[in-house]
Amino acid sequence: MKVLVAVKRVIDYNVKVRVKADQSGVETANVKMSMNPFDEIGVEEAIRLHEAGKAEEVVAVSLGPQQCQETIRTALAMGADRGIHVKTDDELQPLAVAKLLKAVIEAEQPGLVILGKQAIDDDSNQTGQMVAALLGWPQATFASELDIGDGNARITREVDGGLETVDVQVPCVMTTDLRLNEPRYASLPNIMKAKKKPIDEKTPEDLGVDIAPRLKTLTVTEPPGREAGIKVESVAELVDKLHNDAGVI
Amino acid sequence: MAVLVIAEHDNVELKDPTLNTVTAAAEIGGDVHVLVAGSNCRAVADAAAAVAGVAKALIVDDPAYEHHLAENMAPLLVSLAGDYDAILAPADTFGKDFMPRAAALADMAQISDIQEVVSADTFVRPIYAGNALATVQSDDDTKFITVRTTAFATAETSGGSGSVEEASAAENPGISTFIGSEVSKNERPELTSARVVVSGGRGMQSGDNFYLIENVADKLGAAVGASRAAVDAGFVPNDYQVGQTGKIVAPELYVAVGISGAIQHLAGMKDSKVIVAINKDEEAPIFQVADFGLVADLFDALPELEKELQKIGN
Ligand SMILES: Cc1cc2nc3c(=O)[nH]c(=O)nc-3n(C[C@H](O)[C@H](O)[C@H](O)COP(=O)(O)OP(=O)(O)OC[C@H]3O[C@@H](n4cnc5c(N)ncnc54)[C@H](O)[C@@H]3O)c2cc1C
Ligand SMILES: Nc1ncnc2c1ncn2[C@@H]1O[C@H](COP(=O)(O)O)[C@@H](O)[C@H]1O
Repeated sequence: MKVLVAVKRVIDYNVKVRVKADQSGVETANVKMSMNPFDEIGVEEAIRLHEAGKAEEVVAVSLGPQQCQETIRTALAMGADRGIHVKTDDELQPLAVAKLLKAVIEAEQPGLVILGKQAIDDDSNQTGQMVAALLGWPQATFASELDIGDGNARITREVDGGLETVDVQVPCVMTTDLRLNEPRYASLPNIMKAKKKPIDEKTPEDLGVDIAPRLKTLTVTEPPGREAGIKVESVAELVDKLHNDAGVI
Repeated sequence: MAVLVIAEHDNVELKDPTLNTVTAAAEIGGDVHVLVAGSNCRAVADAAAAVAGVAKALIVDDPAYEHHLAENMAPLLVSLAGDYDAILAPADTFGKDFMPRAAALADMAQISDIQEVVSADTFVRPIYAGNALATVQSDDDTKFITVRTTAFATAETSGGSGSVEEASAAENPGISTFIGSEVSKNERPELTSARVVVSGGRGMQSGDNFYLIENVADKLGAAVGASRAAVDAGFVPNDYQVGQTGKIVAPELYVAVGISGAIQHLAGMKDSKVIVAINKDEEAPIFQVADFGLVADLFDALPELEKELQKIGN
């Protein structure tokens, strides 16, 4: 079985993002970029399947500008076998990403496709579900445990009430949640090795996909800030303030 | 013009997030209908039809929908989409699972996690963990929308006089099976709709110490939440996590104990009305959003807080 993992290049989770003055988006110039953390979890899971002899090959796919190749290299350094880069400088919204991934998946025929549950930039939480829909495959979202068999996968999902287990036919799409695993760091020798691994380049035109955005972003603004609060000296003062001033207890 | 809300329920009770979603739907305008898809869920449909502002509840009573598997829900939504200008579901693990699948099947975009309805085609949604707000416009024929429930008031559960109508099931692809669930049981209010939330972080040191949080929560009638670090460390179950990638809460009072205030945590609670932080590090970023900050060791402060609350009759 082949495993295909989607890896998105996003602003690093530690960066405090700033809204551009012209309200057209957020500042990305000279900002640290990284692999979406949920996709690191996806790559880790795929590599573990490979190491356990359950997957023969791990393919990492990223869509977007030239620099996405760095993100693919990170996946290769972690242990993925090869990469596919769908190159475009145009804005990609989740439905377009899903259509592009569908085209890649139809060509590659993986048994399992792993995406992150959410990209930490657009916070959409859509793409995995959309890919599954377009392929007519089952989906297991927000996964915290995977047990893959021959024709099916048993997946535990993190849901609002606790945990849920589903059994889905393979091939399937899975989206990762935080507790699925702890991703490894790439070792220096593996980073060197990754430089020689192949990355296949394609364009949306090659794949025959219309990527025109469906949603128009009118403005991007800063959220209203909170007014500065006060420090209290004691628990008694805290309770007094909450009771008498704020009236919340 | 009509708008369809997908009811969140367990086949017995209509769940609260549905009520906030109804409010968002009403702001879009037109008749509000509620779809109750489930198994033996007649009582839920009756409850949905009684919600203020609801013109009609559609019931699809079929075992295929008992667990709201996305593979089955999505074709059903698509079969109804032609009658609606918008379809809304709460942006929690219920709605996030099947809504994007339905949208893609219908070849429409999804607008995730809206916190404001500007007009029938324009919405505000948070991006980058709420550090920016995007105003987006859609010209799709049916808008597939998930709703940040904390941003919309709860519709009244009574006062409506909607009808209940049967709708037909769609084809069930039969590619997934529900096996079981482990529901965290506790007697506390629901985290996302509680009036007061007390959350613990890595500073709690262990799950055993969470009784200190629970004792305070008992006094306040509060729900208990946690940071990711506390969940990852196994102190409490996953469904306690508040944040960008956990639950979004906006109670009257949020008490953060032994939580540093990472942006991913703030994303889930910064719209709370009053925020209290208890942390021994006076530089902790949580103090920047706290209305009342107490620099103290939580192992002293929590038992004391419990006593002080007792004094004022809580
Ligand atoms: C993709 C991604 C998604 C994430 N999603 C979320 C999310 O949804 N929710 C979330 O919460 N986090 C999330 N995080 C994690 C987040 O970045 C932080 O790591 C996490 O919130 C830290 O938890 P904490 O504040 O409990 O721990 P720490 O940052 O370690 O803080 C512990 C605090 O406890 C204080 N403390 C220690 N001992 C005591 C004591 N005795 N008395 C008083 N104070 C004490 C310390 O001073 C410190 O401030 C996410 C991260 C990533 C990368
Ligand atoms: N441009 C992209 N390149 C690669 N993967 C992507 C891209 N956009 C989204 N994804 C995948 O889809 C997941 C969910 O993204 P989203 O639906 O945008 O929150 C991410 O974690 C990635 O796995």
